[in-house]
Amino acid sequence: MKGMLRTATLVLLLGTALASSAVDALPFKNAAQEVRFQDLTRQLRCLVCQNEDLADSDAKLAKDLRYEIFQQMQAGRSNAQIKQWLVDRYGDYVLYKPPLKPSNYPLWFSPFVLLLLGALGVGIYLRRRAQPPAAAGSDEDQDW
Amino acid sequence: MKLYLPLAIFLALVGLFGFGLWWNSAHNPTLVPSPLIGKPAPAWNLPLLYQPAKTLDKADMLGKPYIVNVFASWCFACADEHPVLMAYSHDLGVPLIGYDYKDKATDALAWLQQHGDPYTQVVADESGRTAINFGVYGAPETYLINARGIILWKHIGPLTPGVIRDELAPRLRKLGIQPRIGA
Amino acid sequence: MMPELGQMALILALILAAVQAVFPLLGAWRGSSALMRMARPAVAGQFVFMVLAYAVLTHAFMVNDFSVRYVAENSNLTLPWYYRFSAVWGAHAGSLLLWVLILNVWTLAVAVFSRRLPEAFVARVLGIMGLVSVGFLSFSVLTSNPFLRVLPAPANGMDLNPVLQDPGLVMHPPMLYMGYVGFSVAFAFAIAALLGGAFDDVWVRWARPWTNAAFGFLSAGIVLGSWWSYAELGWGGWWFWDPVENASFMPWLVGAALIHAQAVTEKRGGLRAWTLLLSIFAFSLSLLGTFLVRSGLLTSVHAFASDPRRGLYILMLLGLAVGASLLLYALRAPKVAGGKPFALASRETLIVIGNLMLVVASAMVLIGTLYPIIGDALHLGRVSIGPPYFGPLFIAMMAPVVLLLPFGPFARWGHADLREWKRVALIGAVAALVGGTLFAWAASGGMPGWQAWLGGLSSAWVVAGVILYARKRWVSVPAGRRYPAEMAGMLLGHLGVGIFLAGALLTNNLSVERDVRLAPGQTAQVGGYTFRFEGVTDVRGPNWVAHQGTLVVTRGDQQIAVLHPQKREYSGDIVQTEAAVDAGLFRDLYVALGEGLGNHGAWALRLYDKPFVRWVWLGGLFMALGGFVTLLDRRFRVRVTQDAGDSTPAPASPRPVRAQEAGA
Repeated sequence: MKGMLRTATLVLLLGTALASSAVDALPFKNAAQEVRFQDLTRQLRCLVCQNEDLADSDAKLAKDLRYEIFQQMQAGRSNAQIKQWLVDRYGDYVLYKPPLKPSNYPLWFSPFVLLLLGALGVGIYLRRRAQPPAAAGSDEDQDW
Repeated sequence: MKLYLPLAIFLALVGLFGFGLWWNSAHNPTLVPSPLIGKPAPAWNLPLLYQPAKTLDKADMLGKPYIVNVFASWCFACADEHPVLMAYSHDLGVPLIGYDYKDKATDALAWLQQHGDPYTQVVADESGRTAINFGVYGAPETYLINARGIILWKHIGPLTPGVIRDELAPRLRKLGIQPRIGA
Repeated sequence: MMPELGQMALILALILAAVQAVFPLLGAWRGSSALMRMARPAVAGQFVFMVLAYAVLTHAFMVNDFSVRYVAENSNLTLPWYYRFSAVWGAHAGSLLLWVLILNVWTLAVAVFSRRLPEAFVARVLGIMGLVSVGFLSFSVLTSNPFLRVLPAPANGMDLNPVLQDPGLVMHPPMLYMGYVGFSVAFAFAIAALLGGAFDDVWVRWARPWTNAAFGFLSAGIVLGSWWSYAELGWGGWWFWDPVENASFMPWLVGAALIHAQAVTEKRGGLRAWTLLLSIFAFSLSLLGTFLVRSGLLTSVHAFASDPRRGLYILMLLGLAVGASLLLYALRAPKVAGGKPFALASRETLIVIGNLMLVVASAMVLIGTLYPIIGDALHLGRVSIGPPYFGPLFIAMMAPVVLLLPFGPFARWGHADLREWKRVALIGAVAALVGGTLFAWAASGGMPGWQAWLGGLSSAWVVAGVILYARKRWVSVPAGRRYPAEMAGMLLGHLGVGIFLAGALLTNNLSVERDVRLAPGQTAQVGGYTFRFEGVTDVRGPNWVAHQGTLVVTRGDQQIAVLHPQKREYSGDIVQTEAAVDAGLFRDLYVALGEGLGNHGAWALRLYDKPFVRWVWLGGLFMALGGFVTLLDRRFRVRVTQDAGDSTPAPASPRPVRAQEAGA
């Protein structure tokens, strides 16, 4: 059965040189596995058609990799294991979510550092500028 | 002073952009460096293109450095690269293994017939499964593997005389090979 | 002969742009009315020559003049006329022409509608816009001439990129450019104010309608782009955090911050320096987007074919324009905070917090977009930064904004009524919990997932705030004065945020996607719908041949839709999928045709049920509408002259107009 499937996929791969949508009907065990597969392949980058994710790329390699991921899922491997398998071969580049490691610390933390600095600035500004409330005016003098 | 902060940040950005433009003009921005450099090549065992009944594997090639060149008959850039391989294959001083990638054997044979065969041996990876272990993502790609089976260098895209002279030949010399290529 | 005329017109437009830039600025500096009066004729003349140049290029497309290289590269004899019309902006050189033409449209509008503003101020504004025009026209003339000939002329052109042959693309770039370039008006006003000394902030009142209009156009442009990629790229997604998308999103975020900051500055005199800075930022980010898209600095699916020379030129342009502006800002920005006093609990405070979040979110997008270049610079290795980075961080940054949004309208300027906040919080929370949960429950057809639930909650929270405020005005204000246009625009925009939240979170959570192999007569179930495949036939279009599938969608016994997804082959063996979509307010059914499998007529198909996906764009359109509606506000139509005597205060504005205070 597996052999037949492999042959079928091969025919599919070599059948058309130019395909333009990444549709492969893979025999998933159940809907949950299909959803897991879609989520996972959306987080991975295609190396050939860069700026397409693995789920949507029509490159032949993307198709191979999707099939490989599918098989590894059947074999019971976890998402983390599958990602590591890809990183071992293609590097961090395949991950749309850069791993949290020192070289990516600026990427992950700088928005929060900026936010902190900004909040500090806003805090100082408000402290300096904001005054205790005077008597509340009526809505009428509110200018729209 | 803090009014100058936006300007300072912007100037840093302009510097970064200038660097980016320069970098992109000097490098191909679509190249993805391989994590396998300096690591053992994956185990492989592939049929020979000319004698599909026989196979060649990693163990067969241990003991001397060799070059693996990934090509395919459907790959346009490979046809551009091919004359370079034809010209240099005998001067390299190491075996040049052709790696026929995701190709029908008949197509590959006809293609080599037409363009000439610069390779010491040609292995065929019709499914492309082994190529994934090598991190191949396009053809042509070229790998330099040492006597202990470690990948020393990878070039993505067509080899040119310049690449062979400036990047490949020095690495071969370091391995004690004397390629007949002018420095 | 015609194309050479076009090039002549382009060069004349450049000369007039230089006139428009130099003399009015000089005049405003030296106080020479004669020099300042040169601005308007130069604007008009430049506009005429730009229209001429643009018309010549369009004409070349219409008559298939393949001796023009740009036409030969982007058109074809079989291309339908409407795509030949839009092919003008299908690639770099022509779209640059459109960019400048739109800049001219905005400049002309400013020249026409600013007759009663102070002469020196208008002269400066038009001069600044002239400088921008000089930058881009010289870019066009020197590096990207669309009128270059190729001799001998080829018999046929290479055709327009099939991805661009779609109604979405006919509208998307002009809208987007209207937004991008529209921010040049707010920018020019801010620079003119800085040049003039920025002693008061009347300029903000004059700049506001222009900023709101630009924001409206940019919103609409982004919505169209999202819709186009959803329909045309065959992926069924509506946002990918691609560098080019980010390039349009950054000015949008800053623009959203700017229109709120402007309100504070105009009405309360606060945040003066900040508003000036944001005005510069919004346009700078538009320029930055143009640079990123056209320089090839970042790899993107949408980018133009790039050329390093071009990249360097725009980088110089960017450096000069933004660098000079920020230097001017550093030298001239008001150093003393002004404006009316306000308490900690006030609308001012809320707007400041919202501004902070929007600007930091924009910076986050910038960091994520540029980090690959930083990685190259520091040899950190190649990294990919995609939706799993931007999505969660963006949600984290926007959560406080959504949380505070309903309080904004209720918070009075100066000092809010805390009891009212408590009431809003209480009613809003109940409405969100009950209404939002019921909504998510109904949408999910059962127990909602956490994302759908969050969508229901946040959406109901925001919408409840809008309704509560609308009701309050209805009850407490006499008819006719309840909803001034500016407030109506705010309510519409905020309503758009609520609709968008529901759309984005529900569609992400509830969409069902299946890749299936179907032979004719076979069916597949997706999200309660039955898709029956009827097979594939060959069809032929003006410049393509296609395999066209037929699918009948039923639910129970009821036929819902018949869908015809296509796989088109254009000249040059370029294959392009055309997804078929049955659009609905509550769900889209979406089918893309994959490949033929074997000889029994079986095909691979991608089927989607996408609930609430339209709400994503509907929300965006409401935000755009909000921007446009504010333009109708009567206050903005009051023209203020230097001698304020002949201007009548707007009836809708109970408070004396600030400009008059300043002028008097």
